[in-house]
Amino acid sequence: MSERAYLQRPNWPLAAYAAAFMAFLYVPVLLLPLFSFNDGLYIAFPIQGFTTRWYAEMFANTAMHAALLNSLRVGLVTAVVATGLGIFAAKAITRYRVPGRKPVVGVIMLPLVVPGIILGTALLILVNNVGLGLSLVSVTLGHILICVPFATAVLISRFEGFDKSLEEASADLGENAWWTFWRVTFPMVFPGALSSFLLCFIISFDEFLIAFFLSGTDPTLPIFIYSQLRFPQRLPSTLALGACIIMVSFAVIAFNEWFRRRSSHGVSGTGL
Amino acid sequence: MVERVRVATPRPMQAPDVLGRLRAAFLRSEGLRGYALLSPTLIVMAATMCVPIGLTVAYSFWTQDYLEIDTTPTLANYEQAFERPIYMALLLRSLAISGIVTFATVLLAYPMAYFVAFHVHKNKLFWIVFMTLPFWSSYLLRVFSWKIILGYDGVINRTLLNVGLIEQPLTFILYNPTSVVVTLAHAWAAFAILPIYVSLEKIDRSLLEAATDLGDGPLARFLRVTLPLSMPGVIAASLMIFIPTVGDYITPTLVGGTDGRMISNVIQAQFGRANNWPMGAALSLIVMVTLTAISVIYVWVANKATERIA
Repeated sequence: MSERAYLQRPNWPLAAYAAAFMAFLYVPVLLLPLFSFNDGLYIAFPIQGFTTRWYAEMFANTAMHAALLNSLRVGLVTAVVATGLGIFAAKAITRYRVPGRKPVVGVIMLPLVVPGIILGTALLILVNNVGLGLSLVSVTLGHILICVPFATAVLISRFEGFDKSLEEASADLGENAWWTFWRVTFPMVFPGALSSFLLCFIISFDEFLIAFFLSGTDPTLPIFIYSQLRFPQRLPSTLALGACIIMVSFAVIAFNEWFRRRSSHGVSGTGL
Repeated sequence: MVERVRVATPRPMQAPDVLGRLRAAFLRSEGLRGYALLSPTLIVMAATMCVPIGLTVAYSFWTQDYLEIDTTPTLANYEQAFERPIYMALLLRSLAISGIVTFATVLLAYPMAYFVAFHVHKNKLFWIVFMTLPFWSSYLLRVFSWKIILGYDGVINRTLLNVGLIEQPLTFILYNPTSVVVTLAHAWAAFAILPIYVSLEKIDRSLLEAATDLGDGPLARFLRVTLPLSMPGVIAASLMIFIPTVGDYITPTLVGGTDGRMISNVIQAQFGRANNWPMGAALSLIVMVTLTAISVIYVWVANKATERIA
């Protein structure tokens, strides 16, 4: 009998391994916030003392303000457009018997498995040929491309999670397709849409490689950070900026994951 | 508004009939309505992915002379890619580095996924979020943090100097293939856990009980039941890490140095300093074709192997 319950028994070596693994995941990342308060130019233990002057220096940098604004604009447009496209695609995939459904899903998910360097250079060739040029518009297009698969995956699991008959009932009761969408479908998929929005925003906000190829004279925040890495004396204030970005990303994603998985708990298990 | 006015004007008898029939056919056919709904997404995907990749293919058969693109089709870029040893050497190094990273990451992530799937009973949701959180934070910053850990003036060197263990900063810890492997493994570890976890979570617990009842010990039970059933997750995880890491640019650039350069560095150079876009396009496509071939073979072999042990 005791052998049967082996899954209930704690496995201490495995638990210790899990703790070590989580430390490996988090410690390097948490060094940024830790040293951003260090009162010294060099990043080393022992810590020299507590200071917030790197944050003051960072917030006073007007080039940083411009980059932040650029990133916010790109991120917002990307998140809205990618989520909208995701809603259309997810509804079509889950609600209609579409011939060739598998290849369609395959095409939509393709950017997930094409290395960023290939997408980045291909988009560079495109914007150069259609006369769009290097700009935040080009960056936004690239970000929409890489966000659509995530938006669609999140929304497919949301659409699968609620009963199709609710929409049919609304149609039977005389609502047209448009009102059915606004009064039944949209409220039901809203949690999915919100989580897709947040996820796409963070992906765009943190994205480097495509922006590296496509941004012209207006840098996004990651491009700005990259350009700062060349100057050793700016390292501490770059750390402060990085710490802020990491903390905001963590907060948004933690909320989002908790919210999404809670609201679709037990309904679907696509895992993504 | 203009549309509406036009519709209201009287039409010849036949037109509304044809339109009406088309409309009826459209409403009857689920497939058509489905595609109408899909069309915005598919158009965007076509414009931002299919067209650019098509253009890349075209460029790879062209040549560039300073600023002029010569559109006479030629295989010169591909010939050069296979003849100049630097390109193939960098491609092979990228494949080797990614292979090691993939193997190490899956090996490290498996016990973690196993732990959460089988030994966490309360707050599973918290653990899943906790595990995957770092993956969504800025990739650039995660790589950057390894640069400040391993660098000449980095955490390790400065700390060891401060406590007097070394006289000179250690130079062998940064700017080599090993630092690239460590950084990539860290950056992708969180991503490897999810697919493995999902496949472990799906395993019917009664199969494990059956194996136990039939006399299997913990090791035999793991090798004969758990491992084969979790192989789909392992295969998915390894592809999800291998494919993007082969083309990774940030990591070799920030922590690779000369010895840790990868194929993406030389592709970027063709679009930048070297200013030979057709060559860059050809290299980009060689990477894509190589990755596709390796993935197809890998999935086929892995499925065969899984069938055999299952």
